[in-house]
Amino acid sequence: MSSGKLPVERFRLGMLLGDTRYRSTTVQVIAFIIFVAVVFWLVDNTVKNLALLGKDVDFSFLWMRAGYDINQRLIPYTNDSTHGRAALVGILNTLLVAFIGCIIATIIGVFVGILRLSKNWIVAKLMAVYIEGFRNIPVLLWIVMIFALLTEFTPAPKAFRGANPEASMIWFESTAITNRGTYFPSPIWGDGSIYLILTFLISLIAIFFFRRYAKALQEETGKGLPKFWISFGLLLIPSILIYFFLGAPVTLEYPYLKGFNFKDGIYIRNSLIALTLALSLYTSAFIGEIVRSGILAISKGQTEAASSLGLRPGRIMSLIILPQALRVIVPPMISNYLNLTKNSSLAIAVGYMDVRGTLGGITLNQTGRELEAMLLLMGFYLCVSLLVSAIINYFNRSFQIKGL
Amino acid sequence: MKKSLFLSVAAILGLTAGVAAAGTLDDTIARGHVKCGVSTGSPGFSGVDDSGKNVGFDVDYCRALASAIFNDPMAVKFTPLSSSVRFTALASGEVDILARNTTWTYSRDTDLKQTFLGVTYYDGQGFMVKTALGANSTLDLDGATICIQVGTTTELNLADYFKANDMSYEPLPTADNSESKQQYMADACDAYTTDASALHGTRINMEVPGDHMVLPEIVSKEPLGPLVRHGDDQWADIGRWVLNALVIAEEKGITAANIDSFADTKDAEIHRLLGTGDDNMMAMMGMPKAGMYNAIKHVGNYGEIFERNLGASSGINIERGVNNSWTNGGILYSPPFR
Repeated sequence: MSSGKLPVERFRLGMLLGDTRYRSTTVQVIAFIIFVAVVFWLVDNTVKNLALLGKDVDFSFLWMRAGYDINQRLIPYTNDSTHGRAALVGILNTLLVAFIGCIIATIIGVFVGILRLSKNWIVAKLMAVYIEGFRNIPVLLWIVMIFALLTEFTPAPKAFRGANPEASMIWFESTAITNRGTYFPSPIWGDGSIYLILTFLISLIAIFFFRRYAKALQEETGKGLPKFWISFGLLLIPSILIYFFLGAPVTLEYPYLKGFNFKDGIYIRNSLIALTLALSLYTSAFIGEIVRSGILAISKGQTEAASSLGLRPGRIMSLIILPQALRVIVPPMISNYLNLTKNSSLAIAVGYMDVRGTLGGITLNQTGRELEAMLLLMGFYLCVSLLVSAIINYFNRSFQIKGL
Repeated sequence: MKKSLFLSVAAILGLTAGVAAAGTLDDTIARGHVKCGVSTGSPGFSGVDDSGKNVGFDVDYCRALASAIFNDPMAVKFTPLSSSVRFTALASGEVDILARNTTWTYSRDTDLKQTFLGVTYYDGQGFMVKTALGANSTLDLDGATICIQVGTTTELNLADYFKANDMSYEPLPTADNSESKQQYMADACDAYTTDASALHGTRINMEVPGDHMVLPEIVSKEPLGPLVRHGDDQWADIGRWVLNALVIAEEKGITAANIDSFADTKDAEIHRLLGTGDDNMMAMMGMPKAGMYNAIKHVGNYGEIFERNLGASSGINIERGVNNSWTNGGILYSPPFR
């Protein structure tokens, strides 16, 4: 009988490449070393070249006085504020456009996507024209065109002046549409309006519990309550009663013409309208196609099964098809929301002061800190994109079939 | 512009080999042309004529520089730059000299690491309004919406001026002169502010110039001049002294037409300037002896350049005002060519 022992295999250097157990690790280690070397070379080269140009990397400009004015500010800002605060104003302006844009794009996109599948030939073709028209023309052109339309075809503020003005305000003299923007009345919160807000919030909570109750009741007994009308009543009636009970604490402040422009009221600039509208319409065309693909991905048997149970077409769509289609729809939606957010950096074309316009535009020009400003901008867009992806991925997980 | 921004960023990121920090003249001579950054279009200062040739006040300065080096006013490659990318383009070496109605300021000179070569045009920020507006002074503009180009010194002056006078305004930022003009014409803004010279140039190109007026107030000092990167004093000297030579030529009455008649002049400085005497002054900068002669011969003196591009014969019709030789009541004054 032989010793039966296997010879102890000694490690040799050649095994790193020859032995399949080690080879993949070796390749990865080498790739990593090359990657680190390339990154090091890039950074080192940048620093050296900057030094050669006599430039250093310095972010202290963020704490220096900005000196310029920004027209649209969501937080207090004057030309005495810092460049950092100007960047923050721009960031909020970017987020505002992205937020409103995503909501409008989703609403329009879902409608367009569903209607494109309509059996009505004209409706389906109209939607096809809409989608092909918007998504095949660069979004920058839409932004500029909508802005030009708003500027050229609406009256200047001075047209509202005089005893017999050329233009007049609409909606009971409450709203003025001008070539600089649209002025809406703004609410003034008087004494006691806190109770009004509280009532409204309580109504919202009540609606939430009512709907839960209605759902439970329906699942248990099959009895359906008129959910929409009761919710609608709950939403408005208590608040309206309290409003009159308190003696109308909330009043509206109407915009009026003073000097060169309208004063008071809520002022929505044309740049914001044009940018948001163009981005929404453009992105909605893509979302429409995603919704259509999601619906088409659900087998026809689902529709047939639902209608054999006696459901009406509208309910088939909302109860059977769309919930399943969401699984297909949501992942590509993320990239469209991200596209919209990133496309908002075209704002400079219409003079909308987003973060590209403040930090990456005026601040960059006034301080000459190109590299720093660009790094901050890239960091900002990266963070926003990752955050949006994370949030929607979280929702996406709740839509997917569990336990698979 | 996209391309220039990309190139500049690429250069700054160090993807291109080291940017030349010295020896710009040698590089230029080896290349055979001057790389000059001009504005994307500012009537009178930089533009393109019907035959596709670059023309303008800033353009002519670069042509004088090219004439001094190469004896050829056409040996220039012009790069149109927006106000946002101009400094990056210069810093990255995409252009070697910037003649782009750029205001000489302290922070641009020091923090942005640039060298200003002098002043080609003493300007100031003004406001243009429609005569129908009824404003006679900038002090009538309280609450007005004002069109302004982003990335310029004008937006800082605007903020300062309105604050100093306790007035409010709404800025309408635009990317360039043509967009400002478009917004202004559509009444999206009540007034348009930029350097007064550009306002005059823009006004003259309006359909009915009489419907518009430039308000009398000048709210800032805007000395416009060419600039180069820090770090190459020889190149800066050449640019500075070509400009000075144009000013001296006007002072001495030397024009493109009569320059050859000065061959026998008794004025020693003219001989030093034109290289017609025994001294080879230009060798001190590593330039051809007849460099300044060629510059003036091809492009003319400062007064001729001004007249051709901004004066009465150009249609823009800007008064010489302070931009006149000190001997004629202006403030243009060159150190002696000695």
